[in-house]
Amino acid sequence: MTTTRAPDTPTRDRIAGGIGESARRPDGVSKVKGQFAYSSDLWAEDMLWGATVRSPHPRARIRGIDITRALQVPGVHAVLTHEDVPGRKTYGLEIPDQPVLAWSDVRYQGEPIVIVAADHPETARRAAERVEIDFEVLPPVTDAEAALEEGAPRLHPSGNLIRSVRIRRGDEDATADVVVRGDYEVGMQDQAFLGPESGLAVPDGEGGVDLYISTQWLHVDRDQLAASLGLTPEKVRLTLSGVGGAFGAREDLSIQIHCCMLALATGRPVKMMYTREESFFGHVHRHPARLSYEHGAARNGKLVYVRARIVLDGGAYASSSTAVVSNAACFSCGPYEVPNVSVDAHVVYTDNPPCGAMRGFGAVQSCFAYESQMDLLAAELGVDPVELRVRNAMGEGSTLPTGQSVRGPAPVAELLRAVHDMPLPSASRDGGDLRLLPGGVSNTTHGEGVRRGVGYAVGFKNICYSEGFDDYSTARVRLSIAAGEPIVEVHCAASEVGQGVTTIQMQIARTELGIERVVVLPADTGVGSAGSSSASRQTWMTGGAVMRACRAAREQLLTRALERLGGDPGDLRLEDGRVVSDARGPVADVADLIGDDVIDETREYHHRATFPLDPDTGQADAHVAFAFAAHRAVVDVDAALGLVRVVEIATAQDVGKALNPQAVEGQIEGGIAQGLGLAVMEEIQVVDGRIRNPSFTDYLIPTILDMPPVNMRVLELGDPESPYGVKGVGEPPTISSTPAVVAALRAATGRPLRRVPVRPDDIVALEEVGS
Amino acid sequence: MQLHLRVNGEDREVDGAWAGESLLYVLRERLGLPGSKNACEQGECGSCSVYLDGELVCACLVLAAQAQGREVVTVEGLVDGDDLHPIQEAFVAAGAVQCGFCTPGLIMATHDLLRRDPTPREEEIREALAGNLCRCTGYAKIIDAVRLAAERAGA
Repeated sequence: MTTTRAPDTPTRDRIAGGIGESARRPDGVSKVKGQFAYSSDLWAEDMLWGATVRSPHPRARIRGIDITRALQVPGVHAVLTHEDVPGRKTYGLEIPDQPVLAWSDVRYQGEPIVIVAADHPETARRAAERVEIDFEVLPPVTDAEAALEEGAPRLHPSGNLIRSVRIRRGDEDATADVVVRGDYEVGMQDQAFLGPESGLAVPDGEGGVDLYISTQWLHVDRDQLAASLGLTPEKVRLTLSGVGGAFGAREDLSIQIHCCMLALATGRPVKMMYTREESFFGHVHRHPARLSYEHGAARNGKLVYVRARIVLDGGAYASSSTAVVSNAACFSCGPYEVPNVSVDAHVVYTDNPPCGAMRGFGAVQSCFAYESQMDLLAAELGVDPVELRVRNAMGEGSTLPTGQSVRGPAPVAELLRAVHDMPLPSASRDGGDLRLLPGGVSNTTHGEGVRRGVGYAVGFKNICYSEGFDDYSTARVRLSIAAGEPIVEVHCAASEVGQGVTTIQMQIARTELGIERVVVLPADTGVGSAGSSSASRQTWMTGGAVMRACRAAREQLLTRALERLGGDPGDLRLEDGRVVSDARGPVADVADLIGDDVIDETREYHHRATFPLDPDTGQADAHVAFAFAAHRAVVDVDAALGLVRVVEIATAQDVGKALNPQAVEGQIEGGIAQGLGLAVMEEIQVVDGRIRNPSFTDYLIPTILDMPPVNMRVLELGDPESPYGVKGVGEPPTISSTPAVVAALRAATGRPLRRVPVRPDDIVALEEVGS
Repeated sequence: MQLHLRVNGEDREVDGAWAGESLLYVLRERLGLPGSKNACEQGECGSCSVYLDGELVCACLVLAAQAQGREVVTVEGLVDGDDLHPIQEAFVAAGAVQCGFCTPGLIMATHDLLRRDPTPREEEIREALAGNLCRCTGYAKIIDAVRLAAERAGA
C-alpha cells in the first residue's frame, strides 16, 4: 500500500509492537494451529445440546403447542415454551418487540417457538421434530410499500411503521437546469460469517448462569438476558469465546436466552450451535431497500437539489432498524455539497426475515442510489463522472443535509483523484488463460464478446454511535512485576471478532507505557462496558479507553519516580521498562518503582456528545465523525451470457492514522469483497416471506477466484478529535465498492442496472427479449 | 457403534458413536480435535478440510464410519508441539488470519497445493483454494501467505 501521512506527532517511546507497526495478532498462533477456542468448540462434562423449533410459516397464529411427544424421546431433558420464559418475554436492541419464544403471533419464517435440550444434537433435533404446533396460517405481508398502505394488516400493536426520518434543508421547491431521476433497489444481503451462532451456558448452582458466547457487545447481551431470565445482572456473567466473524449479525441475540433457559431448567451445561441453514434464519440481514431519487444540477454540474424517498424493509422485528434508517437518510446525498435537500426515509415491519446491522449500516443502500444518480447526471451533462464528483465534493467545514458541519479532514476530491490516477490494469488477457475470463474454466468464451468497463464511486458514513447515544468504552490496566520484569494486563470487554481490537489494545499499552510484555485478558462482563464492535468504533473508543487507563498508570509511575528522584515531571518518560529523563538519561527501572505493588487503573472513554435529529427537519449535530473512501472498479463482461469478472478494484481511503497498517489493509480488502458480493452475487432470495437459498450452495459469497487484486492508497490525515488521530476503517470499503462495480458493468454493457445484486439476466436483458 | 481410526499418527478408538455421525463430528466432539471447523457442514466452505489416506477431503461430507481403519491428518497433526509449520508461520506473518475460522482449512488446502506444486503461480493458487471460503480477508493476504510459504520452502 502507499500512504500519505500527516506530520508525525512526536512519539515518546519506541518499542517493538507499538502503534503504527504491523504487530502480530496475539491469537494468530492458536488460530493457525487449530487451538483457538471458538464458541462452537466449547465442551463441558455432562453437557447437553440445545435445538430450536421454528415456525415454517412467515405469518400465522399459534392455536396450540403440544410438547408431549418430544418429551417422550429418550435422552431429552427439557422442552420449553414461552410459558417457561422466567422474565420479560420479549427482547430487542432498541425496541423489545421480539418474543424470546413466540406465543400467539408468528411474524417470520424461522421464528423460534420451542427449545429442546438432549444428550446428543441429533436427539435434540429429532425431539424438536416431534413438537406439534397448531397454526392458523395467515397471508404474509411481504412488501414494505404495501405494509404502509391503509388497510394493511397490522403486524405489531404499534402499527407497521418502525421509524420515518425526514430531512429538509434549503428550498424544498428549488429548480435546476438539468434533472435526472432514478428508482433503485438493493436486495437482502447476509453477513455470512463463517463461525455459526453458538455458545455454552453453565448454571452456577445458585440460580445464576455463566454464558460463553460469540457476540459483538457483551454488556447489551447481558442486560437483555437478565431481563428475560428474571435475574439481576450480577447473576448473568458473560465471557467472550472465539468469534468466527460478525459483520453486524451478532449485534442481536440468537441463542443467548434459549441456551441459558435450558441450562437453568436442567441444571446442566447446555451447548447450542446453529447449522448453516439455521444460521440464515437465526440472525438479521441487511435491509432490502427501494430508493427513488431526483437530482437537480446547474449546467456547470453543481448540485442544486436532491430529493429522495427511501423505503427499507425492516422485516418482522425492529432490531437496529431505527438507527439504520437514520443513516440511510443522513448519508442519502453522498459526500457532496447539496444546498437544497428533501429526503424521507421509512423503515417498515413486514413478515420478511428481520433486518438489522450489517457492515455499512444504511449508508450502503443510499450510496448505491446516489452514486448511480451521479453517473446519470454526468452522462446527461456530458461531463466525466469523476470530474462531476470532484466539482461537488464536500471538504472540511462543509455542511451536511442535517446542518452538521464536517470537522476534520474530508478529502473527497483527493480520494477520487487518487483512484482515478492509479494505472489501469492491462487490457490483454494473458494468453487466453480461461481463469482470467468471465465464466472461467467453464470455457464459455475465449475473449470473444467480452467487453471491459471502468466505474467510480465514493462514499462515507459515521464513525461511532449517533443521535445522542453515549457508547463509551471501559478499560482496566494493571501494571505489576513478574519474574523481575514489568508486565501490563489489559482488561476490557471489547469483542474481538477478527478485526484485531485485541492487537490494538496491546499496541497502545506498549506505546503508552514503554513496556513490551502486554497481556490482554479475556473479554467478559467483569469489567465495564466497551460498547459494541460495530460502527467502525472500537479502535477509536476502546483505543481511547486503553490509552486513558495507561496514561493514568503512567502518571502514578512517574509520580513515584519524582518522589524518589526529584526533578521536573515534564522531563520524564517511560522507555523500555525504565524511567528516562531527557536531561539525565535512564533514572529508574519500572520494576524497582513498583516492587511487589500493583498499579491498577480503570478509565472510561466517551466521545463528544451528539444530538437526536429534529423530527421535522432532521437538523442536528447527530454524528461524532465521518470516514470516506473511493473506489474504481474494472470489469470484464461476457455480454452474451451476462457473466462477469471483476478485474481489479482500486481504492483510496483516509484512515486517520493506521495503528496497524497490515490490519488496515485486511479491513479494506475484506470490506471490498463484501461490497463486490453485493454488486454481483449476494442476495437472500425471499419469495412470499420464505428464504429460498439458506445455504452456501445457493447463497454465494465471493471465492478467491471472484476477488480481484486490490490496488490501495491509504491516507493518514489524522482526525483532530480521536485518540492518535484514528478513524474507523472497517465499513467504508463496503460502501462505495458496490456502486463502483455496477458503474463499471454499466460502462461495459450500456444496461441501466438499477438493482443489486446485478444478475446475468439483467445484463443480457432477458426480460426485454421475452416481451 | 465402535470405530477405530488412525488420527495424526495415533490409534484412536471411539465408543458409542451414532451411525450418522460425520468424521467432522467425531473429530470435534469425540476426539477432542476441534481444529477442523464447522462453518457449513455441507461441503461448500472447506473449513473442515483434512487428509483421509493422504487425500484432501471435507470431513463434514465423510461419515465417520467411512474412515474406519483409515489414516486421518488434521490441522492439529501438521506439526508436533508448540512449533509452527512453515505454512502456519506464513499465515501469521502475512496477516492472512482475521477471525481465523477459515484458517485451518486453508492451511490444509495450501499444504496440499504446495506438496503438488511447490512454486504455484497466482492463478494456480486461486484455483487450488477456490473451495475454501473466507469472509474476512478478501483473500489478498491469503495469497501473500501461500507465496511466502512457497518462497521460504524453496529458499
